[in-house]
Amino acid sequence: MVEHGDIRVVHRGGSKINFREPVLSHDSRLLLCASGECVKVFSSSTEECVHDLQGHTDLVTGVLLNPSNHLQAYSCSADGTVRLWDFTDGILIKVQLHCHHVSVQPLSVSVFVYLLMCMCVTLTRLLSSSQGEYIASAKGLHLEVYFFKKQKSYRFSLKEDNKKGAKNTFTCLSCHPKDDCIATGHEDGKIRLWRNFNHKREYTYSTLHWHHSAVSSVRFTPEGTNLLSGGVESVLVQWRYNQETQKDFLPRLGAAITHIAVSPDGELFCTAHSDNKLTVIQSCVKVSAVIQGLVKGESVRTDLMVDPRSKALVLNGKPGHLQFYSLQRDKQLYNLDIVQQEYIHESGLQQFEVVKAAFDTRGNWLATVEERKQKDSTLELNLKLWAYDEQTQSFVLNTTVSGPHEARITAMCFCHTADSQTTMLVSASQDGHFKAWQLESNHYFYEGPFWSCDFVGAYHSLVPECCCFSADGSLLAISFQEVVTVWSPASWELLTTLSQPPGAIRDLCFGRQSCSKYLLGTTAKNLLCCWNLLTCTLEWSTSMDVSLLLSDPLSENMAAFCSHAGLFVFKPSEPRPLFSHKAICSGKVTRAVFAPREEMLESCEESSQWLNRSQLYFLTQYMDLMTFITKAEEDRLMASSKRLVIDDSVAVTPFYLLLGKHRQQQQEKQDRSFSAERNQLPQGSVAIKELLHTPAHVLPSASFLCSMFVRSLLISVTDKEKKSEEEEMESDKEEESECEMEASTMGQGQTAEAQETAAPALTKAQARELRRVKKLDHSWLSSLLDS
Amino acid sequence: MGEFKVHRVRFFDYMPSAIRAMAFNSRTERLALSRADGALEVFNFADSYFQEKVIPGQDGRAVEALCWVRGRLFSAGLNGEITEYDLENLRPKYTMEAYGGPVWTICSNSQGTHLAIGCEDGTVKIFEVLEETIRFQRNLDRQKGRIISLSWHPSGALIAAGMMDMIKVFNAESGHATHRLLVERGVGASKSREVVVWSVAFLSDHTIISGDSAGKVQVWDGVTGTLVRTHLVTKWDVLALSVSRDESSLLAGTSEGTVVQFQFISSTVDQHDKEWVRTRTFKNHTHDVRALAHTDTAVVSGGMDTQLVVRPLLEKVEKNTQESALRKIAFPHRSLVSCGKKAGMLLFQFHGHLELWRLGESDGHGEEKHTCTLSETHGGCQRWQGDDHICCSALSPCGGWLAYSTISSVRLYRLQYNGSNISITKVAKLPKVLRSAHQLCFSSDSSKLFASTTHSSVIIIALSQSECKYLHTLRPKSGTRQPVHLMSASEDGKWLATANSDCEIHVYSLHKLKLHCTVPVYSSCPTAMAIHPTTSNLVMVHADQQIFEYSLVQKEYTEWSRKLQKQGLHHLWLARDTPITHLTFNPRNPAHIIMHDTYMFCIIDQNLPLPDQKTLFYNQMTLRSLPEPERTSHSHSFKICKTFQHLLCVSLLEDHSLVVVERPLLDIASQLPAPVRQKKFAT
Repeated sequence: MVEHGDIRVVHRGGSKINFREPVLSHDSRLLLCASGECVKVFSSSTEECVHDLQGHTDLVTGVLLNPSNHLQAYSCSADGTVRLWDFTDGILIKVQLHCHHVSVQPLSVSVFVYLLMCMCVTLTRLLSSSQGEYIASAKGLHLEVYFFKKQKSYRFSLKEDNKKGAKNTFTCLSCHPKDDCIATGHEDGKIRLWRNFNHKREYTYSTLHWHHSAVSSVRFTPEGTNLLSGGVESVLVQWRYNQETQKDFLPRLGAAITHIAVSPDGELFCTAHSDNKLTVIQSCVKVSAVIQGLVKGESVRTDLMVDPRSKALVLNGKPGHLQFYSLQRDKQLYNLDIVQQEYIHESGLQQFEVVKAAFDTRGNWLATVEERKQKDSTLELNLKLWAYDEQTQSFVLNTTVSGPHEARITAMCFCHTADSQTTMLVSASQDGHFKAWQLESNHYFYEGPFWSCDFVGAYHSLVPECCCFSADGSLLAISFQEVVTVWSPASWELLTTLSQPPGAIRDLCFGRQSCSKYLLGTTAKNLLCCWNLLTCTLEWSTSMDVSLLLSDPLSENMAAFCSHAGLFVFKPSEPRPLFSHKAICSGKVTRAVFAPREEMLESCEESSQWLNRSQLYFLTQYMDLMTFITKAEEDRLMASSKRLVIDDSVAVTPFYLLLGKHRQQQQEKQDRSFSAERNQLPQGSVAIKELLHTPAHVLPSASFLCSMFVRSLLISVTDKEKKSEEEEMESDKEEESECEMEASTMGQGQTAEAQETAAPALTKAQARELRRVKKLDHSWLSSLLDS
Repeated sequence: MGEFKVHRVRFFDYMPSAIRAMAFNSRTERLALSRADGALEVFNFADSYFQEKVIPGQDGRAVEALCWVRGRLFSAGLNGEITEYDLENLRPKYTMEAYGGPVWTICSNSQGTHLAIGCEDGTVKIFEVLEETIRFQRNLDRQKGRIISLSWHPSGALIAAGMMDMIKVFNAESGHATHRLLVERGVGASKSREVVVWSVAFLSDHTIISGDSAGKVQVWDGVTGTLVRTHLVTKWDVLALSVSRDESSLLAGTSEGTVVQFQFISSTVDQHDKEWVRTRTFKNHTHDVRALAHTDTAVVSGGMDTQLVVRPLLEKVEKNTQESALRKIAFPHRSLVSCGKKAGMLLFQFHGHLELWRLGESDGHGEEKHTCTLSETHGGCQRWQGDDHICCSALSPCGGWLAYSTISSVRLYRLQYNGSNISITKVAKLPKVLRSAHQLCFSSDSSKLFASTTHSSVIIIALSQSECKYLHTLRPKSGTRQPVHLMSASEDGKWLATANSDCEIHVYSLHKLKLHCTVPVYSSCPTAMAIHPTTSNLVMVHADQQIFEYSLVQKEYTEWSRKLQKQGLHHLWLARDTPITHLTFNPRNPAHIIMHDTYMFCIIDQNLPLPDQKTLFYNQMTLRSLPEPERTSHSHSFKICKTFQHLLCVSLLEDHSLVVVERPLLDIASQLPAPVRQKKFAT
């Protein structure tokens, strides 16, 4: 077996953006949030991702604005580093290694960042006052306030559980920016405002109560006039500080609030929600933007799928919905309401859930199964078929089959044929039948085509578990416990049965392309079998505890996940696996999908060739979406991000345009080997490059730069002559009026004139630009030149 | 503990009346409290919140406001009168017409030299406090609209008056108004209704704090007359305000039954610019909080739901002590039930009438069936002349006599039964000396009536079929002026014990008709006492829950009492928050003492070992689960029964059956008027 060092498991797309508190930049334009291994910078107005700050090699555990420079931000990660970023440009400025591997909980507003990171590992929440006079932490039933000046800490405890059933455990806290007041949230929905906490006994608190269950976040606005709180009610509550009876609500935010952030100017609030969503809210309590990440419920009941049209990842989203998530753009495209029923937030209430979904090859049809099992009533099942509507660019409900089967549907798949006009859906159920559904045009009612049952099949009253169409759609394999039956969908005749291996079949998969003659299956007794359908014999089998088997639709590759999270990628026709990886994550992988790439990767390395056409995404036990990345791809990504940075950092000012052109021409001249000028020109260009290529905020002061800059502009006599002539030449060509200006120098440069004409002419656009610029402020330039 | 046949009596429809006003005297630590029926109660906060004195009310006299001037207590009411009370004789000393219509409020200056009252006609009247009486001095400028609330500036130069829609500040010297502070009306529908400033407080830094009917607590600058802060506390009314003595904390009582605390604290640590910040909310009432007092360590509140609640401020008291526990005082600390032990009769005392009941045959343990034989004494026809309320009553053990007293007169009735009928005849001629009594008591053979009067003296009257004759007056030697609040005659007719508010207990010999001895004075007031029928030991229980036994023969504490004091009472016994109100003995087992408070009754077996601090105190259930031989080793002398709750009386009848008079607090709560409607979550 081969291990491949250059393929790495990474978080790429669909990571949690609600993992830690988001951070709003000083001007409220940008929103930073930790997302997997990178820090994402969103625009707070357009909801677009502006930058991915990549560099950490493990989960980012906190983001914090640099208190001394508002254009920089710190991020800390489980890889044990703290990085300083220029987040407007996406540049990594500094990496600081931190000795403790386990860090890091955010967040303080002061310079005590590092101190905090060591201390707060065990604490639930930690915050210091704006003046940095004290630091407050809460854990369990205790609030501790440490005063830096006095080096003294005060500890306040609440009773665990009073008779009325109040749960006093602290859940969050926030310090007032001006007054000495700490707001704490509690498990029973109360908010306490602590005051006078520099006394052991005379401390006091007032209680605010609106939330009916735990308060998950409280935050003071920067002016301290308002207190924001949120919890599972999905309502943002804005309390007036010192007038707590007046409060504003922003209800229907969609999901439980997990974090609240406020921009330093108080203009914007940002709430993070449990459904992986960030909501940007204006201070007038109005939602202005919603940034939706991949919604992750407690489990994904449907398989991971790829929508053939949009190439989006499709899986369960909000309750009763399917979400379409673009992996390339790392953005949710839309939600499709499958159940079309109001979701009621109540624990213990059984509601309809989408349990199966399938796309046909071209993405014209979507089949969904929803079910509801109430304690002592029968199972309610609905099979819905959705047609893609070109006009609305979304799926429209075509047919609802209520009660398609008597019992739970175990598997469902569309026929794969790409060419045939008729589409077929096969569903297998625990009631022992499998049904084929076909689209029929209705002649009696003027309603268009609808789906109906075409065939009901069974095999020895066994329960069908898996079903699979061959690549050309000519064969249908259905497993009935230990037996695999192969049917012809055209005639519905049982062609053959394949069995032998002990143990029930878990997964069935036809090979693709060159391997389409093979049928692969895994059994409960840890066997991976491969049948040759031409000979109807077992080609090979190997003992392997496979939890998930899937095939790449674009190649003949198959992927098998072992129960200990090992991965094997192989071709059914070849005995050696293409790729193997031990323990890609902790726990078992139950959901995975091959997502086709937008552009093919050209990797010649044998081990990573299987990643050329499609990417393998899988969901871990903790609902993290992971994928594999090759070294080359990673390098390319890094490189592209760096290049982008440079492009971005160059501000297109008239000044730059002029100087840039100027330099270009000078370089061109240089190429013509004017040996005398060589020693002077590089000096100037280096200084300017330095000046222009470094972000403004990391530059030394302007006074320091000025002399260097001016010196760089000083041009030797010869140089000056040429320069002026060149300019004059151009103006001669284009505009007569410019002549008078440089008239004095005209006579001198006669010799050089011939050479200049030979120089490559500027393009029309460049010339026009240059002229415009010159018109703007040539006076200072001339004075410079004269000096 | 023994088995008893129990008469479980639940037909005593005792209804305490709503608390109307409160005044706390921090020097003497006495809280004066007035109720809607005009009754006045004085609680001693230094002595376990014991209800020391009760002055019965009067029909048509509702006290609207109370005020202490040094040790003197003044009240004013809507009948337009100012009353000073005689706390020694438990009666109004004098009343004075204010000639300003109904009086809403009364307030004294901190020097205690002047009283200001606010009248319906818009005048603030200043009275000078003289040695024995008060004298009208002058009116401040008359205003339109009534004066609802008043507060003196601590310097005594300024008075803030809360009115309709405004607060006025008067110069107490000149009588002219210096500021007019307009109070905003409520929003919405209440905009058209004028706002009532229910309460004002004038602080020494010239801050005025007001509470009004729009639910606001407002902080005003009294120098400039500007509004500093508005705290919207409730949707309903803020009815009462109270400021702590150091002016660092303020309480506001609302119609919702909440008490909101405001504290004067600096907003940032180590800085001195302080402001009033709303901090805690206490919710101990179901109805309006009408009266509030801010003691140094506790919040005292009372209102429509008739309970007096003492909520200690935990930062001011030691944690986990008796002082830090919340107290609710629901019942009076004295017995309202007297029991005719021999006849099986019960006399219930209401503030305006008496009810006499005869107990039926009990048909089994616990289960009770009454044949209620006798309803109210002639129903409503038993109206007293005058409007005075009853201050005490007694039923003779044989059931043949009934006596009650108001503050002005004593009545004695003769009861005669023939079958189920009863005839009541008033004893027409009573001795002249018997004008009023603080306590009444019959001797066990019903031949004598003891009535305590002024200066703790006791008048003895011999009763016979034909006439009532004055026998003697017993006087204590101490020369105390305090009234007697407990009196107990011994079963054998030899002794009579009295206890007064000075904590003195005097024992008189009835044969010699003179003072036998005085029990050594204990610092806490006795709440119940009785003389043992056989051993002639006097058993006393005090407000701090201590128990003493004093041998009248030897004139010293008994061995058992010494042992008890030496070992100390169990901490759970000391932690109970209601006093023992009645004490009786079991004639079958002389070692048994039966006593009860509101939440339990207890039989103390003097033969059994005393519990030490480590033993399980409430051990009835564990004892029951133990096998017979082990029980004795685990049992101790305190046997407590909590089966019956909210007890008003537990007494043992002649036929050895137990009478338990219960008054469940829920029944009282259900008879209260409906509280203000509040939206409750999830309803």
